[in-house]
Amino acid sequence: MARFGMVIDTKKCVGCMDCVVACKTENDVPDGHCRDWISQRLQGEMPDLRLTITSERCNHCDSPPCVTCCPTGASHVQDFGKVVLVDHGKCIGCKACLAACPYGARFIHPDGYADKCTFCMHRVERGLAPACVDVCPTRCMYFGDLDDPESEVSRLIATRRHFVLKPDAGTRPRIFYLE
Amino acid sequence: MIELLTTRHNPLVDPTLHVWEWQIPVYLFLGGWVAGSMVLTGYLQRQARAPGQSSVSDRLPWIGLVLISLGMGALFLDLEHKLYVWRMYLTLQPLSPMSWGGWILLLVYPVLALGALATLADGALDRWPRLGAFARQLQSHTATRWLSVANIVVGIALGIYTGILLSSLGARPLWASAVLGPLFLVSGLSAGAAFAHVIAPGHEEQEQLLRFDNLFLMTELGLIALFLIGLLTVGAVHAQAAQLLLGGPFTAVFWVLVVGLGILLPLAIQSLTLAGRIPHTVIAPLLVLSGGLALRFVIVFAGQYSEWISP
Repeated sequence: MARFGMVIDTKKCVGCMDCVVACKTENDVPDGHCRDWISQRLQGEMPDLRLTITSERCNHCDSPPCVTCCPTGASHVQDFGKVVLVDHGKCIGCKACLAACPYGARFIHPDGYADKCTFCMHRVERGLAPACVDVCPTRCMYFGDLDDPESEVSRLIATRRHFVLKPDAGTRPRIFYLE
Repeated sequence: MIELLTTRHNPLVDPTLHVWEWQIPVYLFLGGWVAGSMVLTGYLQRQARAPGQSSVSDRLPWIGLVLISLGMGALFLDLEHKLYVWRMYLTLQPLSPMSWGGWILLLVYPVLALGALATLADGALDRWPRLGAFARQLQSHTATRWLSVANIVVGIALGIYTGILLSSLGARPLWASAVLGPLFLVSGLSAGAAFAHVIAPGHEEQEQLLRFDNLFLMTELGLIALFLIGLLTVGAVHAQAAQLLLGGPFTAVFWVLVVGLGILLPLAIQSLTLAGRIPHTVIAPLLVLSGGLALRFVIVFAGQYSEWISP
């Protein structure tokens, strides 16, 4: 069974926000909300400064606190791809998952349920890549099965230096950033 | 130096998490108060009393029903998808304290209702003879002892759950402490004892409740100390979260309203009352209740403000 993840090359990402626009269009994300976003980290001391641009979204963690805290089972890990999803019909809008996520990846949809990135499962199930990956003009994003050692994402993680966001939070995120 | 810029501006999440407003602290306070009242009711129900002697334990189940209903009303107001609330009761999620809490709340009502029914005097249910007969059965020695055990067990579960609910959300470093469960339980016991003291019918029971409340307040102080020590010693992220209460934006309200006016001052007043130096008044119980409410507000708001700061 596949375990989907994403690899993003920070050396190639220019922060153009095409991924953000593609996600909003593809998933009809309501105005004033976003499922993915761009962050810029400026690190170091003058004159040795380093700017890292990251395209961020739900990390579809292997140990997802948003799933364990959910009182109704609305937040769940789907068998196909081990992707973390929200069943809108079960969500009561208690917002525990928003508080449990260290990445701030969730928001409350204006219709009242918790919403977030789905890795575009409706596209992946048809053999397509997530919309953000598909539109990236610098081809800095890769999507695939982390459990398949021959997949592009597995080979990139095996051969390139990388990091994940907030590793100390203990959620075992599945989005890897190449340095 | 790390400077972080983000294009994300999601409501309730940015710039800092603020998903829970007044409804959740009010619910946690009322839930804790009811929990404390239930434990005290259970304890007092086990004490021998002379025939016809009234006790505050006869009044607390009625008040508990009102308070828990208000608390659940506040909880309902907080939900964003209100019409789906029944979904809570189609499942028990074993790893979700909120799911456990939903079911515990469902146990609280029958225990309180049976306790209230047992306090009705002969003749009060003349129009419903079967209910009257049931109420008389509840007044038997055996039923009273079972009700007492149910009050204590469900009360402790309710009180601890209100704290565990927060501490299970590990993404908020300020809440990542197992002490929150006992702290909220003891704060609830203190609120319960303070209020029961005001409405207790007998002087002897009043004195007993005051002694209990002083014990609860001192325990609460100890648990607050353990809570802070735990955060300061477990790691950098948690230590920074503790700074919210030790030099940050929530410091003044925490030390003045929660510790000073909510614990130390009533502790001093009640100690003087027990020593016979000043009369019983409602001032100390009011301070205790206000302090308990302030504790929930500070912990809920400061907890949301705290976050993992690693890259």
